[in-house]
Amino acid sequence: MKAIIGKKVGMTSIFGTDGKQTACTIIEAGPCVVTQVKTKETDGYNALQIAFGDKKDKHATAAEKNHFAKANTPAKKISREFRDYSIEKILGESITVEIFTEGEKVDVVGTTKGKGFQGVVKRHGFSGVGQQSHGQHDRQRAPGSLGNSSDASRVMKGMRMAGRMGGDRVKLKGLQVVKIFPEKNYILVSGSVPGHNGAIVFIQK
Amino acid sequence: MNAVAYVHEQLTPKKEFPKFKAGDNITVNYKIIEGGKERIQGFRGDVIKRQGTGATQNFTVRKISDSIGVERTFPLLSPNIESILVNKVGKVRRAKLFFQRERSGKSARIKEKKMAVATV
Repeated sequence: MKAIIGKKVGMTSIFGTDGKQTACTIIEAGPCVVTQVKTKETDGYNALQIAFGDKKDKHATAAEKNHFAKANTPAKKISREFRDYSIEKILGESITVEIFTEGEKVDVVGTTKGKGFQGVVKRHGFSGVGQQSHGQHDRQRAPGSLGNSSDASRVMKGMRMAGRMGGDRVKLKGLQVVKIFPEKNYILVSGSVPGHNGAIVFIQK
Repeated sequence: MNAVAYVHEQLTPKKEFPKFKAGDNITVNYKIIEGGKERIQGFRGDVIKRQGTGATQNFTVRKISDSIGVERTFPLLSPNIESILVNKVGKVRRAKLFFQRERSGKSARIKEKKMAVATV
């Protein structure tokens, strides 16, 4: 595994040589700092803890400051552990977008936009109830029956109903790295990625 | 400079087109591939919409072909657009001329804007 933490900046589109327009997302990724190296001998598994985004000194707790001081870096906003990191890195070393190459397929993990309390049509893709005319009352987007009658006398577990939607962790697989700008720490991936602009995303492979 | 503008500047080739807006009559010369060969085809009509900024700008041209309305939307910075010619500058009061879709014949005409000509 190799991974980097980034911030979704926005979307744009670029043109291929054949004139095809591709939608892509700009992610400002890194530079991240290796803040802890876990090994099989000391921790039972191999992993790398990497951190991204500066935190103001007055907002960092003493524990955070001391932890990050081991890697010789100021306190960071986000730190995340990635198991079995494929690139050899030592404590305090930085990770930039250059770990990826153009044309590579990557996975992007993020948190989707919160949609609030939504009905079953939007939340679970129900098709709604029947026709609009022929005496149908005003319940076009209702869920319909919840299940059986006296045999079960209860609603089955996991029945899809209305409720809070969005704000879920989502991993999008197989997005293509379209372009890398190492001087600005930008990475362009094809298509959209979860979350609003400014949301934290993890690019991994 | 924001990130979107930066990426746009780095990746989209610079192109110069004459200024045009909704209501203008233009000819878009664009490349098409026909039987493995590339050639230029023109599309002449009225601009009914301009939309977007930066690399994602596009515009829609409407023409009447054999009494059937035909609309085509082009990305402004597409590499397939060879050139754009402005034939007439229209006099319109709106930025989006979708009302043209309900009109035909005489009522679908767009008045031409008279340009001040210097007299000798």
